[in-house]
Amino acid sequence: MTTAIDVQGVTKSFGRQAVLAGIDLRVTRGTVFALLGPNGAGKTTLVNILSTLVQADGGSARIEGADLRRDPVGVRRRIRLTGQSAAVDELLTGAENLRMMGSLAGLRAIANRRRTAELLQQFGLTDAADKPVKAYSGGMRRRLDIALSLVTVPQVLFLDEPTTGLDLRSRLELWDVIRSLRAEGTTILLTTQYLEEADQLADRIGVLRQGRIVAEGTPTELKQSVGGEVVEVRGSDGRVLHEVPTDGSVHALRAALDAIDARGLTGTVGLRRPSLDDVFLALTEPDAEPNGHSDPRTDTGADALVTTGRNHR
Amino acid sequence: MTALIAAPPSAPARLPLGTEERTFIARSMRHTVRNVESLLMAVVLPVMLMLLFVYVFGTAISPDGQYVTYVVPGIILLCAGFGASSTGVDVANDSATGFMDRLRTMPVRSSAVITGHVVASLARNLAATAIVIGVALAIGFRPTATVGEWVAAIALVALYILTITYLFAAIGLASGNPEAANGYGFILLFLPYLSSAFVPTETLPNWLRGVAEHQPITPVIESIRGLLTGVESGNAPLVAVAWCVGIIVAAVAWSTIMFRRKAGRR
Repeated sequence: MTTAIDVQGVTKSFGRQAVLAGIDLRVTRGTVFALLGPNGAGKTTLVNILSTLVQADGGSARIEGADLRRDPVGVRRRIRLTGQSAAVDELLTGAENLRMMGSLAGLRAIANRRRTAELLQQFGLTDAADKPVKAYSGGMRRRLDIALSLVTVPQVLFLDEPTTGLDLRSRLELWDVIRSLRAEGTTILLTTQYLEEADQLADRIGVLRQGRIVAEGTPTELKQSVGGEVVEVRGSDGRVLHEVPTDGSVHALRAALDAIDARGLTGTVGLRRPSLDDVFLALTEPDAEPNGHSDPRTDTGADALVTTGRNHR
Repeated sequence: MTALIAAPPSAPARLPLGTEERTFIARSMRHTVRNVESLLMAVVLPVMLMLLFVYVFGTAISPDGQYVTYVVPGIILLCAGFGASSTGVDVANDSATGFMDRLRTMPVRSSAVITGHVVASLARNLAATAIVIGVALAIGFRPTATVGEWVAAIALVALYILTITYLFAAIGLASGNPEAANGYGFILLFLPYLSSAFVPTETLPNWLRGVAEHQPITPVIESIRGLLTGVESGNAPLVAVAWCVGIIVAAVAWSTIMFRRKAGRR
């Protein structure tokens, strides 16, 4: 288990506002790490710091052994960043964009052409290769944007909200891209606001809230951290009327059923594993404590997490 | 999607010298050719203005019919201003789209992207200058310059183009979005009207004359006029070169600071 990204105590403030309040993070080589958090949590700032765009105020970080502060050029040799807005050249064609990155990577003309053709094909852009990027759809732009980061393959790839603003189809296509990159050994740190995305792609997830990582673990670990199982009551229309998390014990299950009775709810009762939504809401609600969330409307215990009337996948 | 990164080419540890410049100059030249609007702006507008000044105002300003000879140097600078102003927009655009940030995270000299825009602007504007001079010759511009004087005049025009382009590049970086860059740039485009470009400064009211005689465009115009048409220009060439070099140094310093400061901020 080699550490590809090692972040220790990174802090950053803009003016008087602390954006990152001490981030510690380790990402194992060849894995996907998802930074999950609401808008303004500091995801982009952290990615910008790790990709040498912005200097941290305090703390240190190493990317594949290169120290961020002492050897930023070394870091740049090891990484690529695909930022939030598609940083592609609109007036150039897709092929020209790729060849431009190829020359900047020092590829010779023949190797550059070959690599461009490969990437166009692998990202499904061959037909649009000679069209100006201006004419591309959002999904095509995003694919090109990521392809531009892969002209030479980085050891670490940063993807800042790679699927924000994409339609479902484009999102699924990008997920495939990310999975194949991982399969071939690239370490990926991505940020996302979508729980499902983190759940689908990440080996480990860090939940970022107000500049702190409030929870970190595998998707399964995070789900377990909010409780064993959730008792849900569904109405005749299939809508979730009420949910009570339990620690999975007989006692807690009985208490949960009593609580449902006490509310006079009728419907079918089912048990489900907690979803990442539960984790996310518990951890990122403004008034939530990092270790849990209790709803005063119920009496199932102080460390319980209760949500009502929401639909879950 | 399979074998995404199969057999990726390996990059050399060090880029050959000038790789970034060559890459970005090629890019900006492509932009120039494809951005028909700014190309038209750079050529058609000054030619139209020249025709307007010569045929509409010319006879009133200078009844001897030689106004075209007076006004050509001013039109050349006006033309350079229009042509260079799109550099501000291009630079602001690269900053706003995140293109510059992408370069900043790569092991390349990312500031070379500005050099690319500047060189393209120089090429674009020298071509536009040639067209303006061609049209001027067709409508009665009669320069008296020797080959040496032509070379000197063109060198001065090139220096002026570089000056105003670097200034626009700095404005583009400082403003950060294309619309703002366009707005600020407009002020610069106004300067030639407050110079000796269209009328001799002696004809201006006193207070305006002070402005016109002490701004950088007047000595540049006087020098070009002197070189092309043999009018006495005194120490104007020295003053012109001093202004241009001074502004280039200041604009490059300003760009450098802005380029660093804008990292990661969009």
